[in-house]
Amino acid sequence: MDRIPILRIGDILLVSIQVDLQDQLAVTLQEDLAERIVTTGCSGVLLDISGLEIVDSFIGRMISTTAAVSRVLDAETVVVGMRPAVAITLVELGLSLDGVRTALDVDRGMALLQQARQADASESAQADG
Amino acid sequence: MTDSVSVESEEVRRIATDSDVVLVRQSVRSVAVLAKLSLVEQTKLVTAASELARNTLVYGGGGMVRIAMISSAGRLGVRATFVDEGPGIEDVHLALTDGWTTGIGMGLGLSGAKRLVDEFDIVSGPGRGTCVSIVKWTR
Amino acid sequence: MPDSPAARGWSLLAQRRDDIIAGWTTEMATALAGRMTSGELERDARDMFDALSAAGAHEARGINDSAFAELRTLLSDVARTRARRGFTPTETAVSVFALKSAVLTVLQREADLSLYEFYAEFSRLVDDLGLFMLETYAQVRESVISEQADALLELSTPVVKLWDGIVSLPLVGTLDSARTQVVMEKLLQTLVETGSEHAIIDITGVSAVDTQVAQHLLKTVMAARLLGAECIISGIRPQIAQTVVALGIEFGDISTKATLADALLLALRRSGLDIVARPGQQ
Repeated sequence: MDRIPILRIGDILLVSIQVDLQDQLAVTLQEDLAERIVTTGCSGVLLDISGLEIVDSFIGRMISTTAAVSRVLDAETVVVGMRPAVAITLVELGLSLDGVRTALDVDRGMALLQQARQADASESAQADG
Repeated sequence: MTDSVSVESEEVRRIATDSDVVLVRQSVRSVAVLAKLSLVEQTKLVTAASELARNTLVYGGGGMVRIAMISSAGRLGVRATFVDEGPGIEDVHLALTDGWTTGIGMGLGLSGAKRLVDEFDIVSGPGRGTCVSIVKWTR
Repeated sequence: MPDSPAARGWSLLAQRRDDIIAGWTTEMATALAGRMTSGELERDARDMFDALSAAGAHEARGINDSAFAELRTLLSDVARTRARRGFTPTETAVSVFALKSAVLTVLQREADLSLYEFYAEFSRLVDDLGLFMLETYAQVRESVISEQADALLELSTPVVKLWDGIVSLPLVGTLDSARTQVVMEKLLQTLVETGSEHAIIDITGVSAVDTQVAQHLLKTVMAARLLGAECIISGIRPQIAQTVVALGIEFGDISTKATLADALLLALRRSGLDIVARPGQQ
């Protein structure tokens, strides 16, 4: 079975989902990400879902859980590229994806992650100082 | 509804594995495109179908879905009927209420799917299996 | 069988083909009062008559028989054309029913009463064909109307770019469910296409806000957030504000401003910009 590739760009992990997401694939991705966050010590995860035509409750839960797990592992997650039709459907489904930050595209997502990292850094600096 | 509904075409897909759920999504999508549903209507229908297909697999122990292109009073639509011989739903009424925060997948699956489609019918009971039918019409 | 009224009838029709087609064309031309040229009408009449004769000679059972397949296709095409050109149902139906009087004229000249039996059957057949044609016409008319409605909807919901990354959606008039959905989709699509992170939904021109409209607005804002964009609702008139509170509608953490100008300023500031007065120019 294929795995969804996780790319490392500096301090960020980039995941781009381009296939119709099978449940098992989603679960494996969640586990792979958690492991890579720890082994790389990265500070951010960029989840590109521009290739997803459908986000149902299972995949929605996977996204929420991924963000929550990352946060526990001290990394921030940003979801980018959601399609309008998917957004409309998610709202109708009642899935708010609370606690998941979103951005229009990869560039803005990266900028958001950088802001978060800087905010984190200054917070730590204050705490130490 | 007094208008009669006629079936233009129909296909049956089994739901026995994870990858079958993906195939069901793709089949429903194809029929929705043929029926000329708008992109948002397609997305809502396929998402609902995905929820129900998963329910059939996970809670129903596997089953099948009948996907049909239907027409009534000059409008085209898509109907998907999910059937399983599983344990059935104890309290259908309860299952149809929103259960997202409780984390019980089925609660959200059914009530959510219902909101996404134009017609939603469910017949189920302990030991009687489950049959869920959804319809999405073109505007 | 060769001498049955039906056989004689169809054979007579075949013989008097030209007369019938001419009579039919004239009747249609009168009813359509110049909306189509007699050349076009004659061609339609000829095609339909030939298909009808060919099918009729087959002793078919009703118009759904395979013998009538070609004729049905032809009638559908004619109906489609008439519908798309905006003909009325009567103008369309007369194209078929006019055949009856053309045929009756020819039969009456024969002074053969037994042909009445044939005419009765023939008339029933033409009625069925006419109804079939009207069915197709009705379907096509409906789709033409809904296409036009969609086009109108598109035109009346402009999404305007106010600044880099800031778009505005002025809503005007009444907001029904269908309209709001189209509007929502258009706004979200524009946000993605233009890469805009801010949308100002201006409801100055909205006559009334009820629970349903408010819910649609809220859904639009939530969907925009999922995409990574933020909405500001502007143009809330005092009456609307009172209605919203009375209905118990919570806008939660969605920013609201009284005027479009205020909303624009807020959006600019959120984008990291500001408006400053230039020294010495007031």
